[in-house]
Amino acid sequence: MAAEDLEPVALSALQHWAYCPRQCGLIHLEQAFDDNLHTLRGNAEHARTDQPGVETAKGLRVERALPLWHDALGLNGKADVVEFSRSGTPYPVEYKHGSRHKAADIAACDEVQLAAQALCLEAMTGRPVLEGAIYYASSRRRQPVCIDEALRERVRQITQAVRAMLASGQLPPPLTGPQAARRCKQCSLHDRCQPETLGNSTLRALRQHLYEPD
Amino acid sequence: MELLNTLYVTTPESYLRLDNDTLRVMLEDDTRLRVPLHHLNTVVCFGRIGLSVPLMHRLAQEGIALVLLDDHGRFMARLEGPVSGNVLLRQAQHRQALDAAFTLDTARACVAGKIKNTRQVLMRGAREAKSDEDRAALSRAADDLAASLRALPGVADLDTLRGVEGEAARQYFGALSRLVKPDLRASFNMSDGRNRRPPRDRLNALLSFLYSLWMNDCRSALEATGLDPQVGFLHALRPGRAALALDLMEEFRAQADRLALTLINRGQLRAVDFQEREGGGVLLATEARKTVLVAFQERKKEEIQHPLLTQPVALGLVPLVQARLLARAVRGESEPDGQRLGYVPFITR
Ligand code: SF4
Repeated sequence: MAAEDLEPVALSALQHWAYCPRQCGLIHLEQAFDDNLHTLRGNAEHARTDQPGVETAKGLRVERALPLWHDALGLNGKADVVEFSRSGTPYPVEYKHGSRHKAADIAACDEVQLAAQALCLEAMTGRPVLEGAIYYASSRRRQPVCIDEALRERVRQITQAVRAMLASGQLPPPLTGPQAARRCKQCSLHDRCQPETLGNSTLRALRQHLYEPD
Repeated sequence: MELLNTLYVTTPESYLRLDNDTLRVMLEDDTRLRVPLHHLNTVVCFGRIGLSVPLMHRLAQEGIALVLLDDHGRFMARLEGPVSGNVLLRQAQHRQALDAAFTLDTARACVAGKIKNTRQVLMRGAREAKSDEDRAALSRAADDLAASLRALPGVADLDTLRGVEGEAARQYFGALSRLVKPDLRASFNMSDGRNRRPPRDRLNALLSFLYSLWMNDCRSALEATGLDPQVGFLHALRPGRAALALDLMEEFRAQADRLALTLINRGQLRAVDFQEREGGGVLLATEARKTVLVAFQERKKEEIQHPLLTQPVALGLVPLVQARLLARAVRGESEPDGQRLGYVPFITR
């Protein structure tokens, strides 16, 4: 298949998939979007990054809400902020609500998205992008992220997995085990997903006794 | 999940307009009400209500549904922004609707939900009955419903299923008047069982109105979930009929019935609150409608324990919870062990 024929995968979908494949399916397959406190805060952060502003510090040129794409991987989306050095090397900065003291595995989901932006920027500008940063709004700190080969490989794998899911039209199952315990609570789609109702013994019992009077 | 409000506008000739971030209800030149938009998720207009196009745009943009009903509470139209609808889920639903086994299984579950919940209404009535005659009649009807329920698994096709359902409904409505306080029965009885279009007695008029409210909420819940409210399993497809909303509503009918009985037995609605029209049709009067709407809204705020959720949930959100369970069945999602359970209706105690 020619690269241009690849159905593009949204950059944000990679982060969603890394967090939970079902969340990714609900958003990108079923177009569900439910605001909860977390996403509302996130939107407020993004509203700020969408505002035009002049960044004079260090003589950087700053592009906000910059369209990005990668034809060979079939990715597209937007970067919150990309700083271009005088020499023209791009440095993507992804804005996240919350603090940089997130659990490592959840922070890793943000890193995947950032790395995907870096790959897009490399393909678009022809310059190597070896570092980017995640800006955590609550702690107002930038966390530099090295775009290493392991992260690049994750981007490629997740892109494929997301594309396969979109092509199949099948919604992935909910998370289970300790991951579910930690991630579902904070998930913006929790109410829609109702993960606790799957594999629920009460549901099974209700179904079994549906035709018996009590 | 947050239960946002539905604004019901019932006063004829009211005019709704946008005023910054609030919805303003005008009557002639007076402002009657101001509601911040972020408190709303639905605006329901009964009959001749006017509204401005800027307001319609804003409602669509904010994802607040606008529903237009006629004077009798019958559905006329609904305005919804572009985010609603989910083509893949709908496609799955349409495919399932052509699958006889899935259709029968889902329809059967809906009927079971209805029979179980209405049976609870009768059993509670029997426990609280003041006379032996009432108690005996209510228990007998509850036994009949139990028999209908037990017959469901053996039903092999939709026509037979609808027959069982119809018979259960006849038995139920035959006994329902006995739940009205004896001294009020002269005014509120169902002499001919359930009738509609138009209702011909007060109890029927009240039930029709409450059913239309639940129906509207079920429809909204399905649309919010991305299901097609017109493609049902128990109810046959018919142009203009929200068959799936009718399917989903079956399990909530008992809720409407309970509220109707409460309103009557507490004297919140009296015989004079109904108008008898030439030829025998009976209508709930405009003022009394407000009483019913307030009571309905209050009831929806009451928190209940849904058997499948860990936290209490407002009754008004249960249609949404159920619509999502229905979506799960429609997608054919399996349990972790690979088994498919199918739809499970909301059963009350
Ligand atoms: S609630 Fe849990 S399983 Fe469901 S989408 Fe969110 S993270 Fe995934």
